[in-house]
Amino acid sequence: MSFELETAISPERLRRVAIDPVSRVEGHGKVTILLDDDNQVHQVRLHIVEFRGFEKFIQGRPYWEVPVMVQRLCGICPVSHHLAASKAMDMMLGVKQLTPTAEKIRRLMHAGQILQSHALHFFHLASPDLLFGFGSDVAARNIVGIIAAHPEIAKKGVLLRKFGQEVIRMTAGKRVHGTGSIPGGVNKSLSADERAELLKDIYQMVAWSRDAVGMIRQLFEHNLAEYNDFGRFRSSGMCLVRADGAMDLYHGGLRARDADGHTLFDHFDYARYWEVIAEDVKPWSYMKFPFFKSMGPDDGSYRVGPLTRVTHCDSIPTPLADKAREEFIAFDGGSVAGATLGYHWARMIEMLHAAESIKDLLHDDDIIGGDLMATGQRQERGVGVIEAPRGTLIHHYRVDESDQVIRANLIVSTTHNNQAMNTAVREVAKKYLNGREITEGLLNHIEVAIRAFDPCLSCATHALGQMPLEVAIVGADGTVIDEATRDHRGLIRALA
Amino acid sequence: MIAPTLVFGWGNPSRGDDALGPLFIDRIAAMRLPGVECLTDFQLQVEHALDLENRRRVLFVDASLDAAPPFTVKLLAAVRDASFTTHAMTPEAVMQVYVELHDEAPPPCTLLAIRGERFELGEEVSSAAASHLDAALAWARTWLAG
Repeated sequence: MSFELETAISPERLRRVAIDPVSRVEGHGKVTILLDDDNQVHQVRLHIVEFRGFEKFIQGRPYWEVPVMVQRLCGICPVSHHLAASKAMDMMLGVKQLTPTAEKIRRLMHAGQILQSHALHFFHLASPDLLFGFGSDVAARNIVGIIAAHPEIAKKGVLLRKFGQEVIRMTAGKRVHGTGSIPGGVNKSLSADERAELLKDIYQMVAWSRDAVGMIRQLFEHNLAEYNDFGRFRSSGMCLVRADGAMDLYHGGLRARDADGHTLFDHFDYARYWEVIAEDVKPWSYMKFPFFKSMGPDDGSYRVGPLTRVTHCDSIPTPLADKAREEFIAFDGGSVAGATLGYHWARMIEMLHAAESIKDLLHDDDIIGGDLMATGQRQERGVGVIEAPRGTLIHHYRVDESDQVIRANLIVSTTHNNQAMNTAVREVAKKYLNGREITEGLLNHIEVAIRAFDPCLSCATHALGQMPLEVAIVGADGTVIDEATRDHRGLIRALA
Repeated sequence: MIAPTLVFGWGNPSRGDDALGPLFIDRIAAMRLPGVECLTDFQLQVEHALDLENRRRVLFVDASLDAAPPFTVKLLAAVRDASFTTHAMTPEAVMQVYVELHDEAPPPCTLLAIRGERFELGEEVSSAAASHLDAALAWARTWLAG
């Protein structure tokens, strides 16, 4: 990845445009853009106000509480934290193999999470841009606009998400703050009634997920040049894969490839992740920049998430999703596999895979079994990694002899994608903003690039999430030349 | 059988006064009031429009930095707003999703906004917010009996 436009040579002579916060992104992000008098872009930075209180929040708690407590780190993907922490605590308990029922219940829960998260992102957060256009009327560019213009699409999105939430409720025991996954296994399996309830709707969910793959393909066919080129850059990538190289979102070894497709490491034991990954810091950002140690901080950044997973795996172990993967890879000679907006297509392929996985698991009698727990030889350390909806999620804990967590380290998918998102917005700024008057529609192009990654900045309170978008154009002497705000209803109001 | 009254509180129980919504739900649920269903979540999402189906009335409950202490009560109307992030999907927007999905008006919805002060991860509920919660519960007992 390139560092072009990361730091301007003479920033004091430039004016500054800020997008604060980035909308339809979970949490709080800000983009600053430095422009000269001719509106030429000299610097673009995505600042993510990362909350660093995770570790403090967890330290001192008994290990068995951790899979439940970590759900409160993030209101958007609590199940991902629940499962990553459970896997870490499995290792800490010396459990090398869960019972079949426990593993399948966890996989079912994870598939429910993938389904509902991807449905929310595509139908709720991304489709307004894709269906109405990146620079379209801001008043319509939201979910209620989608419902008004495309009621059937929006309804499918709501019901897909609702179904995923039901899978989570039945496997985790509760709609929120579930306790289903515990160190060493699970505390419940599905009842026959719960299984029957989910089986009633799953075939519809598979069909709608398949439709969603078709819908994003059509969008690419109609907008191929723009979509392919939008925020495009070359990048390394990393994800978990199964022992045979197939996609596995719950468990596997780490696979990394460089931008040319050469393998950097494969089936690497994630319990030693720090041997291959390090984190760089930059003076202008609170969030760290992970990189592959073998390539160094300047060249070793990478991206994670659906696009990497779908392009790095050798196959997908459910038939409809695997066929969709093959078509995605082959589309336009493979061009979309490197496109930033290819994330949307890959995300829908994963949603289809999740729906198919739920169907298969619901037909497996192990999910109503009674053998829930495994045991092992207690360890001091545990590492759990899963492929969360947004990418690789790492939980790492050290527990003392009195069972209290004394150290915790979490690397979330949005942190892995930090450099990639910065590179994408710089590419978009170069192409769309250079030399033009800044408008809300143009600024939304920057946000479209960020939203492709579905970043979960997590843990901003919903009070923070209600902050409006503010754009300020500041002169070289620091005076505000122009200013506008977009309130919580999407209304733009000029201030100056 | 769907309960005619839904009480829906949201917030993160581990984020200081953001816990007011879930705590309110815990206290109301403990009363086991007939005809009242209690639901909670971290924040409002599109699918919560489906929870409004077949209700006679709905009480939304949230912590608020803007509400006058100890709490404010407002009858809501469906609004087609942007609700930029899912953290911020407003109850009015959830009602609007209901309208668009069902082509009919949602049940009457009321927002009970309880004044909070601190929202940091790992913090306890502040003493001021705890007293606001008590006042809100006293109001809700009368409202729910109505």
